[in-house]
Amino acid sequence: MRLEPIAHPGLARRLGPPAAAIVATVLVAALLAALAGANPFAVLGQIVTGAVGSRFAALETLNRATPLIFTGLAVAVAFRARLWNIGAEAQLYAGAIIAVLLGTGALGSPFVLPVSALVAMLAGACILLVPVLLKVRLGVDEVVTTLLFNFIMVLIVSYLLEGPMKDPMGMGWPKSAALIKEARLPRIVEGVRLHWGFGLALISAVLVWLIQTRTTLGFEMRAVGQNIRAARFAGMPVNAVLVKTALLSGGLAALAGWSEVAGLKGHLSSDLSPGFGYTGIIVAMLALLHPLGVVVSALFVAGIFVGSDAMSRAAGVPTYIADMLLAVALLFMVLAILLTRFRVVRG
Amino acid sequence: MTAIWEILISASFWAAAIRIASPLIFATLGELICERAGVLNLGIEGIMVIGAFAGWMAVYGGMSLWGGVGVAFLAGAAFGLLQGLLTVPFGLSQHVVGLGITLLATSTSYYAYRLALPEVTSPPKIEPFQNWEIPFLSEIPLLGPALFSQTPLTYAAFGCAIAVSVVLWRTPLGLALRAAGENPAAVEAQGLSVTALRMGAVIFGSGLMAVGGAFLTLSAFSSFFFEMVNGRGWICIALVVFGAWRPGKAVLVAVLFAAFDALQIRLQQTPVGAVVPYQVFLMLPYVLSILALIVMARRAEVPAALMVPYNKGER
Repeated sequence: MRLEPIAHPGLARRLGPPAAAIVATVLVAALLAALAGANPFAVLGQIVTGAVGSRFAALETLNRATPLIFTGLAVAVAFRARLWNIGAEAQLYAGAIIAVLLGTGALGSPFVLPVSALVAMLAGACILLVPVLLKVRLGVDEVVTTLLFNFIMVLIVSYLLEGPMKDPMGMGWPKSAALIKEARLPRIVEGVRLHWGFGLALISAVLVWLIQTRTTLGFEMRAVGQNIRAARFAGMPVNAVLVKTALLSGGLAALAGWSEVAGLKGHLSSDLSPGFGYTGIIVAMLALLHPLGVVVSALFVAGIFVGSDAMSRAAGVPTYIADMLLAVALLFMVLAILLTRFRVVRG
Repeated sequence: MTAIWEILISASFWAAAIRIASPLIFATLGELICERAGVLNLGIEGIMVIGAFAGWMAVYGGMSLWGGVGVAFLAGAAFGLLQGLLTVPFGLSQHVVGLGITLLATSTSYYAYRLALPEVTSPPKIEPFQNWEIPFLSEIPLLGPALFSQTPLTYAAFGCAIAVSVVLWRTPLGLALRAAGENPAAVEAQGLSVTALRMGAVIFGSGLMAVGGAFLTLSAFSSFFFEMVNGRGWICIALVVFGAWRPGKAVLVAVLFAAFDALQIRLQQTPVGAVVPYQVFLMLPYVLSILALIVMARRAEVPAALMVPYNKGER
């Protein structure tokens, strides 16, 4: 078999494969539920109601989507320039550490929030800068180095929480002291468990979209991603573009950790992120790397997680079904997108 | 310093290094075969998890230990088939598909584990592989306990390295496979199918990765628990680079790497370990992998067509 590009794909060609991918994912979900001995329709229904069925559920989904929008944007920005940043998890924790360092009394109000957000972005950017400089200066592949940084960072956090940053009042638990009130992100509406981190995530998505579509840097990032040799031949400062991309990507990922600490948790513990950095890759891919699409796909992915948690408590189907469904959705979707532009021919 | 020296001349240290190296050798060889044929297989981390789970589950369900190894291989090969289909004939991004396969294989293992054993608090155990003492050879001081008093899977790992080396460099199949990763158009001109060669390499290589995972549950430990692979797959990708895409060198760097790992575990119990936080020791394998990548970055000859999809009739 062989792939043949389609010159002018029709409407059916452009919508058919993605629709089929969604149907196939739902079928896999039903099959997995049946394997667990549960009623597939009931399980699917419980996932949906668990995600958006009540005010509480919907707010929970928005809260869960917040870090995913940030990590999804971080990945989308980097992948667009073909910079394979798989290290959003490490950059996230860098942001979280800064939120605690500056938010537990080191800085007074009213500067603490903006300053700590900026420093957090800087820290995340620095974490990504190391693998990127290794890539542009020495030709070290960034996939593995960014991945390995995740493991190193988790150990650094573990050390900090058991040593210098450990809360003396924490009853021996490895967690940091609580942030002062001025360092906390306020709620969007008083009395509702949704913080301004979500608002900041939406603003970031729009800003990234503007950068990508309205600035020279955005144009250069796309050019480098599409054909690095052509970009170099055209006289673009390719290495500088990659470094700037890294700064933006690392900064966005750091905001995920920063807003989780400053907005939701109020302190840092080693279970702050259940893999938000890795899930950001799925969010970005499902959004086809479009910054505004990231918001939609982060909401979808968060809904799957929150809904599966609720369903699992009720139906007894293991929560790992959520990760399986996302992996299946990702693989079906990348294949479907390919099939909107190519047809499979024999020979 | 004397503490380190005392560790280095103890037989138990080298025995541990060889034991720790065994799963890395299987998985590194698996990745090496894939990359030699031109496919970067980032599914490795998840495929090791599914191997660890499937092999353990089969033995827990009553199969023999070798039966468990076979099941692990088949489970890995199945995910390899998926990885291969999406990246070879369809030519999708090897990065994205690989990460997707890692997530899929990992979550499948966890989901199946929870379905099979819903209410366990402490992971159940199986009777793992026991050490085979090779007569006479195992009595050589230092070398004997390290090399000739290991479980059969460790011997299999070294045997596998020799077999892979012979096939890759001494057979027409090996030549065709390496050519598929260097100059696929030339392979096609010979009347061979690049797609078939790459698919075969990814399927077989993924099987080996899964056996590496199964080593953890069937030989090193006796139960399956979450997060047990813990980045070993990513380290193996670094080891392939560090071993310059050659099976012999890959074994050597895997053992060297494992020796450092065994050393850091032992150093934690020395006066050094009392001063330095244990996290620093646990970090060493990852830091070492990054250093290895830096050292080798300019020197190694990367397979020329690595990560380049091949579409017949396209230039």
